[in-house]
Amino acid sequence: MTIAATYLPVLALLPFVVGMVVAFLPRHARNAAAALAGATALAGLLITVLSYGGVTEGAVLRQTWSWLPDLGLELTWRLDGLSWLFALLVTGIGALVVLYARYYMAAEDPVPRFFSYLLSFMGSMLGLVLSGNLIQLLFFWELTSLLSFLLIGYWHHNENARDGARMALTVTGFGGFLLLVGVLIVGHVVGSFDIDAVIAGRDALMASPLVTPAILCLLAGAFAKSAQFPLHFWLPHAMAAPTPVSAYLHSATMVKAGIYLMMRLWPVMAGNDTWYYVVSLAGLVTFLLGGIAATFQYDLKGILAYSTISHLGLITLLLGLSTPAAAVAAIFHTLNHATFKASLFMAAGVIDHETGTRDIRRLSGLLRHMPYTGTLAIVAAGAMGGVPLLNGFISKEMFLTETLAFHTGSLLDRLLPLIATVGSAFSVLYSVRFIHQVFFGPEATDLPRKPHEPVSWMRLPIELLVLICLVVGIIPNLSVGPLLRSAVVAVLGTEAPRFHLELWHGFTPAFMLSLVAMALGAGLYFALYRRLANRETRDRPWAGRVRARRIFDGAMTGLFAGAGFITRLAGTVRLQPQLFLIVLAAVVAGAAPFAYHAVTQAGAGLTLGTRPLTPVSLPFIVVWAFGIASAAGAAILAKFHRLAALILTGGAGLAVCLTFVWLSAPDLAVTQLLVEIVTTVLLLLGLRWLPARVATKEDLERSRAVVVARRGRDLVLALIAGGGMATLALAAMTRPRVGGIAEFFTANALEGGGGRNVVNVILVDFRGFDTMGEITVLAIVALTVFALLRRFRPAREVVGSTRQQRRQDAYDEARSDREVGDTARDYLFVPRIVMHLLFPVITLFAIHLFLRGHNAPGGGFAAGVAMATAFIIQYMARGTRWVEERLRVLPLIWIGTGLLVAAFTGIGAWFFGRPFLTSAHDHLHVPLIGEVSLASASLFDLGVFALVIGATVLMLIALAHQTIRSARTGPSAQDLEGATSAPSPAAAEPAVKLGEAGGD
Amino acid sequence: MEIVVAIGIGVLATTGVYLILRPRTFQVIIGLSLLTYAVNLFILAMGRLVVDGAPLLTEGADPSTFADPVPQSLVLTSIVISFSMTALFLVVLLAARGITGTDHVDGDGMSA
Repeated sequence: MTIAATYLPVLALLPFVVGMVVAFLPRHARNAAAALAGATALAGLLITVLSYGGVTEGAVLRQTWSWLPDLGLELTWRLDGLSWLFALLVTGIGALVVLYARYYMAAEDPVPRFFSYLLSFMGSMLGLVLSGNLIQLLFFWELTSLLSFLLIGYWHHNENARDGARMALTVTGFGGFLLLVGVLIVGHVVGSFDIDAVIAGRDALMASPLVTPAILCLLAGAFAKSAQFPLHFWLPHAMAAPTPVSAYLHSATMVKAGIYLMMRLWPVMAGNDTWYYVVSLAGLVTFLLGGIAATFQYDLKGILAYSTISHLGLITLLLGLSTPAAAVAAIFHTLNHATFKASLFMAAGVIDHETGTRDIRRLSGLLRHMPYTGTLAIVAAGAMGGVPLLNGFISKEMFLTETLAFHTGSLLDRLLPLIATVGSAFSVLYSVRFIHQVFFGPEATDLPRKPHEPVSWMRLPIELLVLICLVVGIIPNLSVGPLLRSAVVAVLGTEAPRFHLELWHGFTPAFMLSLVAMALGAGLYFALYRRLANRETRDRPWAGRVRARRIFDGAMTGLFAGAGFITRLAGTVRLQPQLFLIVLAAVVAGAAPFAYHAVTQAGAGLTLGTRPLTPVSLPFIVVWAFGIASAAGAAILAKFHRLAALILTGGAGLAVCLTFVWLSAPDLAVTQLLVEIVTTVLLLLGLRWLPARVATKEDLERSRAVVVARRGRDLVLALIAGGGMATLALAAMTRPRVGGIAEFFTANALEGGGGRNVVNVILVDFRGFDTMGEITVLAIVALTVFALLRRFRPAREVVGSTRQQRRQDAYDEARSDREVGDTARDYLFVPRIVMHLLFPVITLFAIHLFLRGHNAPGGGFAAGVAMATAFIIQYMARGTRWVEERLRVLPLIWIGTGLLVAAFTGIGAWFFGRPFLTSAHDHLHVPLIGEVSLASASLFDLGVFALVIGATVLMLIALAHQTIRSARTGPSAQDLEGATSAPSPAAAEPAVKLGEAGGD
Repeated sequence: MEIVVAIGIGVLATTGVYLILRPRTFQVIIGLSLLTYAVNLFILAMGRLVVDGAPLLTEGADPSTFADPVPQSLVLTSIVISFSMTALFLVVLLAARGITGTDHVDGDGMSA
């Protein structure tokens, strides 16, 4: 029975979905989390097993989702024999690891988080092997790195875990980056990222001069992931992860991702010289060094980690040899290694769990206490060492056979059998050591805990894996023969060599080598026994591990120091030089093309055009005389006379506003005017908290010459920038307008957008997405303003009443017929009544602006600002307390509603099969009112309207509230002293919790 | 008309740039406002100056006499964003004044 390819995405995405669900389980819900995770893994296993029929003899299951068709990128889910084998490992071992982890993790660990990570990792790994194109593969590749980081650092209170996690992420992330480069090169040469296309494009790739860099980059990625020398050093540090993670990620699956990639690309790359030398040599060195390093480890997991490195090196070496038979051996060993190494890690975890230590020198004679687990571990370690009747033996034999075969006749090729035998001897050595030191010998005396057998559920995964080791080791051809065949055909094509897995090949040369390796390993063990069993030995004869770590740390320190140095050298945290340089760069960039033109085409620099000037009217000149004077005044007064500067800025703004009216931009004029009002109010509110600036002694003492020079310099730059802009504007305005997209917008506004106001239709319809982003910015700014003001501590000089308030209060106090506060209450009495009565008028005006917006100047933004003005005027007229006793403004609700309305209007288009924010409109005839035009864009505009009200009001109110807060914290002298050093608790509390109001 | 607008842009930009280079926070905020005016006018000017040509498709309006609506919608966006920026900058300014005890943009009393 075959499951259709439609289920492939489910296979990859289901773990992510369940992982999300698990993440929200309560902290102690470990049974529920484990059950969900286990069910997901089993479901994945089921889908994998059922889809086997679709991947035999080179058949491929494919499912394509359109992703970025314009870039030729699609989400392709592709399952063939090779990826099937990996999917089987990921789901099968995944299920076992989940079961194991349920009993391994302590009750106090936040287990749902663990299973959530684990499931997401499972999904990433499945996504990786199911990816039909390289970009997609890369995406999941990076996800596995990230989740590995999270899983290694799961016990983040532990420093080793944090360091190990960071190192793993740095190394694999670095590899991932190079992989990206490699993939881009391959995609560039082949013209497609699709894996089948890349395989088909082998000849083009091999002929390209880019083939060597491509191979090197791809290999760097694969080596970093699969812990190949010299990028192997992160793996031992990753052992700080919980043992189920080590068993799953760092032996059975994730580290095999690099191997998978090399297998995937094998048909493309194998046979290339670079590939042959780099892959074989890296594999060989890793195989040998890993074996030697594993020998001298004292930590059980350390032994297993280096052994994993060594075995990965073996697989890599086989892939590097580039012969079909070697590839078969590599695939087979991948499978075998996953089974015996996962079970060994689980056994090591059991030992750690039950005895309290992983130090092999303290453990001894454990077989007495845990005969069952001990036997299982011994069998698994036998498989690791390559003992006959176990799966490791068969693939090791295939490996040795391959090393004996003639490949290229190079020196490497000739030395291969010798080195392979020595490497195998070390693998025998550490396996023997693992078995002998842990399970045999005298009874251990000083174990932290009294050892005993674990619960049987914890043992079950080990039992199953060891059973597989035995079955594959005894009846290989019957058990995994067909599966292996499918995987091999997927890599090598239908001309793949016919192979027959057999336990006994007779006294072949390979078997002889195997015997030599075993004898050598056992002999070496007894020769080194004293040293290895000695607890006092501190030095490590093989310092490779230490050195790699040091180089890494040194490199990281160097990177940070270098970055810091460059930042100090080329950067500054000071605003003034930054702004100066930005303006200078803008001026240079603006002038450069003209200067270039003037030089190359003698004289044709920045010239004026011939378009006739628009006749000027006197009032316009008057407006601008006024505007220019205001701007200049503002510039001069901004330092010491802030209020005057603010008013003059408003004057300049008014000139701009009138210019908008004059130059046929009514929408801009309306918006500018309203924003001008709100900005001024906002700045006025802010001025209350900005102490007056007076010329201090320091100001006077400062060197006059320096100050003048600085100002002169800035003025020159300002004149150049301003003059440049003016000239540029004039040069553009004196040339005829070149047709652009404006004609399209004008022609389609009524037909396509259902509105007569072209500017408004552009904003809410044609360019609705921009507006969506813009209102989001506004909402974020409002929330940021609110957040910043929550903990706001004003300058100490302005805390308490203002001078005017004090004078008013003093006047009240001096009179017997007045109470304190009377004058303040009566202040501007008549205007206040008028302002109070303006509320409904402005509201009506705002609604009017909104409703006409689509067809006449106005629109949601202007209406929203107008409405906000109505609110703030009430605050000004009657005071914060009075308003809030009578009116509940919930700005956060307004913001949220607005954003949701706008977003859902956009999403609504999806239900009609259109892209986001596609608008629709219709004209209705309503009795009495007449023709009414209805456009979905108006609904979007309603969202803008609501959001702008909320955001503007939130900012204004947050500032206005500071007065109440300040009054409450009290202006007494002691408080003032205290406020400068530490804020009183009351000051830290916002006086009025707008956030709570928003929750209603 | 073009010359007046160009001069206006020039003066606004000059005062704006000069002010944003000044050391006091309030000068910078005023400078930003003035610079925004200059830039908004500049963008509008890129659509050329058109009198009596508001892009409103009323009955009998001739689209060929319209002012360019594209710079107008760009400026509308710009107005909103610069309003947000002013608000945010104002609050940062106030908070910085409270924390550092000075209204210098770099939190110290040095330099002009």
